[in-house]
Amino acid sequence: MNYYITYFIVAIGLFSFSAFFALFGVYAERKISAFIQDRLGPTETGKFGSLQTLADIVKMIQKELIIPAAADKWLFMLAPAVIFIAVYMGFAALPWGPGLIPSKINLGIYYIFAIISIETLGILMAGWGSNNKYSILGAMRSAAQIISYEIPAGFAIISVVMIAQTLDLQAVAMQQGVLSAEKITFAGFWDVTKIGGLLSWNIFRAPHLIIAFVIYFIASLAESNRAPFDIPEAESELVAGFHTEFTGIRFALVFLAEYSMMFLVSMIGVILFLGAWNTPLPNMGPVHLADWTTNMWWGILWVTLKTLGLVAIQMWIRWTLPRFRVDQLMNLCWKVLTPLAFLCVLISGVWRVWLM
Amino acid sequence: MKLINGFTTAWKGLSLTVKHLFANNSAREITTVSDSNYFKQLEKGTNTIQYPKQQLPVPEIGRYQLDVEMDDCIVCDLCAKVCPVDCIDIEAIKATEAIGQTSDGTTKRLYAAKFDIDMAKCMYCGLCTIVCPTECIVMTNQYDKTVFELSDLVYEFSDMPPEVAAEKRALFDKQQAEKQAAKLAAMQKKEGGA
Repeated sequence: MNYYITYFIVAIGLFSFSAFFALFGVYAERKISAFIQDRLGPTETGKFGSLQTLADIVKMIQKELIIPAAADKWLFMLAPAVIFIAVYMGFAALPWGPGLIPSKINLGIYYIFAIISIETLGILMAGWGSNNKYSILGAMRSAAQIISYEIPAGFAIISVVMIAQTLDLQAVAMQQGVLSAEKITFAGFWDVTKIGGLLSWNIFRAPHLIIAFVIYFIASLAESNRAPFDIPEAESELVAGFHTEFTGIRFALVFLAEYSMMFLVSMIGVILFLGAWNTPLPNMGPVHLADWTTNMWWGILWVTLKTLGLVAIQMWIRWTLPRFRVDQLMNLCWKVLTPLAFLCVLISGVWRVWLM
Repeated sequence: MKLINGFTTAWKGLSLTVKHLFANNSAREITTVSDSNYFKQLEKGTNTIQYPKQQLPVPEIGRYQLDVEMDDCIVCDLCAKVCPVDCIDIEAIKATEAIGQTSDGTTKRLYAAKFDIDMAKCMYCGLCTIVCPTECIVMTNQYDKTVFELSDLVYEFSDMPPEVAAEKRALFDKQQAEKQAAKLAAMQKKEGGA
């Protein structure tokens, strides 16, 4: 019985976290976009406009829920829930610190990848259900884009999994710091098992994973429909794409899913490549920085900081690069990222057998 | 090659925007356009003007909206005639005698029962200010004229209440009638005398 209460607390905790993150993510996005464009962003609601997004969500809750007359009612109503729940369930398998993980399953990364691909289904439901040609175009674009980019992303992840030899995210995290049970070598030659810190992160254990990380990061932008891969919502071409017809709280759910997805893909990137909850500070002689800064609370801090850093980079990219054309998008995916990801897999195999 | 070019140009753009991200993000310093530093300071701060709190200084001779000095108006109707969009609506009542002088010495012989300018229609060409013989219609440097109702943009410059206007009209009609009667009487006298 107590198990169930814990499950509920974990679920509610993750939901509140994603809602809280979305509120402040939107605020941060507005401020970053404003500063990049030499503006000030929100300034009126609260100190420096910090309550602006809170006011926005209050506004959205009050809005009327409109279902277009010719819409496919059930698909239309269920779509935002499917989109959000798919992303939200992905959070279950992410490790936050040593021994701190909502659901410790031994095929975590596999589960996450499976569950977040359901988001495509939700987007297709939203587009088709709206009975709006812009929405269906956006949904088709989104499906094409997400399915394509799952291939380089998947192979980049496989190259990490080949190095780590496990699908369990907590085990992957454990391997990249001083708590590791097995021997860690920096770039294949220098034993850093007792030194830890930055040197034992996956991208330094096997440097070709830097390329895999870049591939994963680019693909993750596409997976979360963020610019420059925002052709599904391309407001200047498709009005607002697959969520054109959604109002009020339904639109808020779609928005919440986008921001949760940003956090989720960034956190997976951090766990697989950037040392998860491990500290970047190495042990240096008598100064055991890595040992001192590795425990559950430090873990939460490190993983949050690294993830927010990646989210900030996503926002920075969004407000700099122009949107891809569909053919450029497919070119990049199939002719550049996919071969590179295959190469990473190949090197990973060689690396594991010969150098580790 | 094209790929490398793509990445280097993307990086160029990203470094440009990150420079702006960490540039001075304080509120804009307000200076006049005549200030020697004006264009330089646009490069460093933000471009946002927080309008009601911060206002751009406007030139003293700015021409933003029309104003009429009713005491100087001789209700000649020239401004209404020259207006390309017919936004000026004037109704004149002839006075029975000279009713005063404008500040430049012209005698006023007409009452303005109505002098409306529809600022929503006005295109600010300034023709009316050129033709005005007494220079009573001018453009001012007041630029903030936001209103909640479109009808509030019809500016009424005449302050003559309708009953006064009716009275003046009646007076004029009476005088005309008297004149007519006197003329008639004179004519009859002439005919009778002949």
